[in-house]
Order: sequence, then structure tokens, then C-alpha cells
Amino acid sequence: MSLQVAESAIQQAEHADEAGGGLWREAFRRLVRKPAAIIGAIFVAIFVIVAVFAPLIAPYSPTATDLSQIKGPGHIPGPSSTHWLGLDDLGRDVFSRMIYGARQSLVVGVVSMAFGMVGGIILGLLAGGLGGWVDATIMRFVDMMLAIPGLLFAIGIAAMLGQSLVSVMIAIGVVNIPVFARLLRGQMLAQREADYALAAKSLGVKRSRIILGHVFPNSLSPVIVQGTLTLATAIIEAAGLAFLGLSGADPAIPEWGRMLADTQKFLTSAPQLVFYPGIAIVLSALGFTLLGESLREALDPKNRR
Amino acid sequence: MTVEITRPDAPDAFVAVRDLRVHFPTEDGLVRSVDGLSFRLDRGRTLGIVGESGSGKSVTSLAVLGLHNRRTARISGEIWLDGEELVAAPPERVRALRGKKMAMIFQDPLSSMHPYYTVGAQIVEAYRIHNDVSRKVARKHAIEMLGRVGIPQPARRVDDYPHQFSGGMRQRAMIAMALSCDPELLIADEPTTALDVTVQAQILDLIRDLQRDFDTAVIVITHDLGVVAELADDVLVMYAGRAVEYGGADDLFERPEHPYAWGLLGSMPRLDREPAERLLPIRGTPPSLINVPPGCAFHPRCAYCELTGGLSTTEVPPLTETAGGHLVACHLAPEKRREIWENDVRPTLESR
Repeated sequence: MSLQVAESAIQQAEHADEAGGGLWREAFRRLVRKPAAIIGAIFVAIFVIVAVFAPLIAPYSPTATDLSQIKGPGHIPGPSSTHWLGLDDLGRDVFSRMIYGARQSLVVGVVSMAFGMVGGIILGLLAGGLGGWVDATIMRFVDMMLAIPGLLFAIGIAAMLGQSLVSVMIAIGVVNIPVFARLLRGQMLAQREADYALAAKSLGVKRSRIILGHVFPNSLSPVIVQGTLTLATAIIEAAGLAFLGLSGADPAIPEWGRMLADTQKFLTSAPQLVFYPGIAIVLSALGFTLLGESLREALDPKNRR
Repeated sequence: MTVEITRPDAPDAFVAVRDLRVHFPTEDGLVRSVDGLSFRLDRGRTLGIVGESGSGKSVTSLAVLGLHNRRTARISGEIWLDGEELVAAPPERVRALRGKKMAMIFQDPLSSMHPYYTVGAQIVEAYRIHNDVSRKVARKHAIEMLGRVGIPQPARRVDDYPHQFSGGMRQRAMIAMALSCDPELLIADEPTTALDVTVQAQILDLIRDLQRDFDTAVIVITHDLGVVAELADDVLVMYAGRAVEYGGADDLFERPEHPYAWGLLGSMPRLDREPAERLLPIRGTPPSLINVPPGCAFHPRCAYCELTGGLSTTEVPPLTETAGGHLVACHLAPEKRREIWENDVRPTLESR
């Protein structure tokens, strides 16, 4: 009798966590309970929506000038009912420029992060999967790249490739390759020794299939987390390169970094012009960082029940 | 593709291991994990390999399946499986045999399954390596296998992930995976160590039933003599990479002759007796496999070491037959061993 009770209790316990799916679904459930993750997600969502729907949201064209508001030389109108964030020194609507600037930052951030991630995954997969001299060669190469400070390295590449948005994206992407490569390789080396890899081997699974089908997918989660975090640094780095005048030849295209550079001379007369792009860079980077860190915590096996 | 190598010295047993040595060269020295091990096993029979941690049990099983990294392990000797020698065979040939002809159940069923794939997908993969069938057919087979190992509602559970299974069910699923291609040799490495006592018995029953159905040869590796008593026909006791006693299960439990086997029996908790006030542990710790003690590796821990007149500290005792098929590696004279067992050890074990 009591045995039956115990058995049904065991069965209930066995079915208790049945609703769950894979690792990612479980991580998502933990993620939505974290305030930091929610705040990060809100920032990221606002940023992405603004960037994608910029033409619909912006009240004016980012390049249109409204000279009627400028009362004289050196006059920079502050916020008003028609221009929510005021105008810049050339009479352009700052709010519209900020919105179009989000677009630029998102494109640069995503493309350069993707470039770095794909490059890093290819190198990491080759190194971690093949091992031996391939691994040694790739890793020494990666070490060399890591030895150069990131932003300096990016400035060098961007300057070498010439002033354009594409060269900025390539520069930031290249700088991020070693981080992804190291991360994936280390993870794969650890996972290759895992019991499930040995178990797969004991069933006669081919080596290539174990590496690509078992070890590789299981090594990706820290790489994806790193991707989110890299988006944040990529946005900052892109702004940095733009600030230094290395991005693109067309000054009419609004870019937060360049807006910061162009308006710093008005720091005393119209400090709001410097404040807006600065806060936008900080908040977007903060959003991705909060989201990335929370994701890492949610995926951390130590935090699982 | 199959190259049948019939060597004149091929053994008649289904599995035969001869003078197996697995050494790992490390910076600290040569680790002699297995050092001259021989045993044999027929279809439908079970061999239990027992010993403490680090005695070379698991290394032996990995060697049989060819799972050691050939760059880090030095393997010599012969491993015969159904008339085919595996140590010298090309790795690709051994891989083709893994899963199909021989398979293994691991100690920790959770970490032995891939967390991202469903249990069904993993059985399907194992099945399709050796059987050229469609995914649909393989899936049907997977459901059938899950049902066979006693998983309720297999058609529904087949799409669950390993973490949705309980410990016992995971081990069942692991067994289903290992048996999906009807291997003729099944190696179970501590199959019940990670499980609750109640579940342990179920898993042991399952292995026994499946063995009867498939006529599989089974090697059970464990430090739990209870598991051996439950399953094994023959028992091999390992110490520091060598066999110290090898014989039928009856021999080992009724007439053990090696002082180490006595120690193992003495340190086994018995549920069928009054709770003993204390177990009889073996004093000392297992030796380092880099510096194995000279002579009999067990002599520093052996209570009867002095009775050999110093022989056990200088000479490695050979594994010799003491009575029909019962082999012991000990310098004590057989009569002396039986005398100690009958008059000294056995009464102590039974009185406690």
C-alpha cells in the first residue's frame, strides 16, 4: 500500500518537469524572471524598433534644415513643441537625427558582430575540431591579434581600408574574431572530453560527426552570449571610430559618434547636443550588456535547479 | 569490407583478452593502469570485474571498445572479439564494430546523453549508424527499444529531452541506446552507481532480462560486490592493474583466497544480516600506478604479508590455478589461504 503511494509520488515527480523543452527554452524561462534582463530587453527593443522604423517615427528628414528657427549666428534653439530635442547648429531636427542615428549604430553593431562571430566560429571550429598543428597555428595567430589593444587595432584597420562605413564594420569585426575563436575552441576542447562524446564514440559514431553534430552545437551557448555582449562594445567602438572621423565620407548621414564629435565645440553654449548622442550610446550599449549578462547567468549550469 | 582474419591462435571464447597492458606516459612517469590482464567470456555469460577506484577496471573496458586516445595511451596485448583481434586492427574497423558488435553503458546517464537532442533522436542516430534505414523506421525502432527497457508511454517519451527523464529512466534510455543495434558484447561500467537503491535493483533485473533475450555477453564493472553477486557468472578481482583473483562467482563468494578479496567482502555492507557495528575496511589506500609497490602490489596493505617469508615484497605472484578454474595470485600456500579463510576471516565476517 505505502509502496504504491511512493511509486505514484515518484511518477508524479518524474512528470513534474515535463513542460520544459531544451536548454534554451529553460534559459528563457529563467531570463524573464530577472529584472536586469527585462530592463536590458526593453532598451534593446526600443533601440531596434526605432532603428527599423526610423522613417515612420522621425518627424523630419535628418538632413532637412529649418533656418527660420535660428535667430542669428551662434544661436542654437533648444527643445520646443515643434522640435522636441531642439535643432543643431545647422538647423537640423536633433530628434530625427537621433532616430536615424540608431539605424546606423544597429547596422554597424550587428554586421560587425556577425562578421567577428562568423570569423571566430570558423577559426575556433577548425582549431577545436582538428587539434594538433592546425590548433597551434590558429591559436598563436589569435594570440598575436589579442596582444594588440582592441580599439587601436580597429583604428589601424579602418585607417588602412579607407574612410567608409564598410571599413569600420570590417575593422570592428576583425578585432572581435579572436575572442570568439578562443571561446569556441576552449569550449570544444572541454566538451570533447565530456561523457556524451565518449558515449557517442562507444556507439560507433564517426569522429567528424561527433565534432560537428555533438560537440560543436553544445559549445555554442557561450559564443552566443558573447555575441550579445559584443554588440554593446561594437556600438561603442563604432561611435568611437566615427568620433575620430574614420566612418564614411558623407557627413549628412547621422551617426551618434560623429554627432558627438561635431557638437563638442558647443559644449558650453548648447550642452544638450552632446548629451543626446552620449546618452543614446550609453543606453543602447547598457541594454545589450544587461541582456547578455543575464543570458549568461540563465545559461550557466550552476544556476540551474 | 569485412576482412576476416582467422589466425591460428584465435581463441575459442567469444571474448578473450590476453596479457592486456594499457600504459599512459605522463610527465610524472609511466602510469601502468592495466598491466598484464587476461580473461575470457562466452556468449550469454556475465563477467564481473571488481576493484577499488584506480584498479584499472574502466581503463580495461575502454580498451576493449578501442575508446582510448591512441596518442596518449600505449596499448599492447590481444583483445579478441568473435575471432577478430582488435588491438592491432585499424581504428576504422574497430569503430564499425562499436555499437554494432559491442556497446557500453556508462555510469552517469545524464552526462552520457547529449542535452540538446531528444532521447529518441539519440537512439535513432545510434541505430542509423549501423542500419541503413529511413528516419521513420529508426524512430519506430527507438520507440520499441524504449518500451523494451520499460519506459512507460514510449511513443510519447521518445520526444523528451534527457533532463526530463528521472535518473532511473535515463539509465534505461541509455541501455536502449546501447542495445539498439543488438550488440553481442555489452559492457556496463558502474551501471547502477548513480542510481537510488530501489532503482538499482530494477536496472540489474533489466540487464539480466535483456541478456537472456539477446544472448549477450556482459561485462559488469563495479566496486559493488552486491551487483556482482546479483549478475555475474565469473568474477575478476583487479588490484593495481592486475588480476589478483579470477574464478566463478561461487568460488569468489564462498571460497575467496586472496587477502584483497577478503578485504572487499569485509567492507561490503550486508542488508540481509543484522546491522554490523562496523565494517572491516581494508587498511591503507590503493597504490599509485606510477610507483606500484614491488612484489605483490597488495603487500603494504596485506595483514598476512609476513607469512610469505619476504617473498611478497620482492616477487610478483603469478596468477595460478588453485582448484578447477579458480585462479589466485598470492604467495601464500593454497592450504594456508584456505586455513586462514576458514578459521580466521570467514568467522569474523559472519559474526559481525
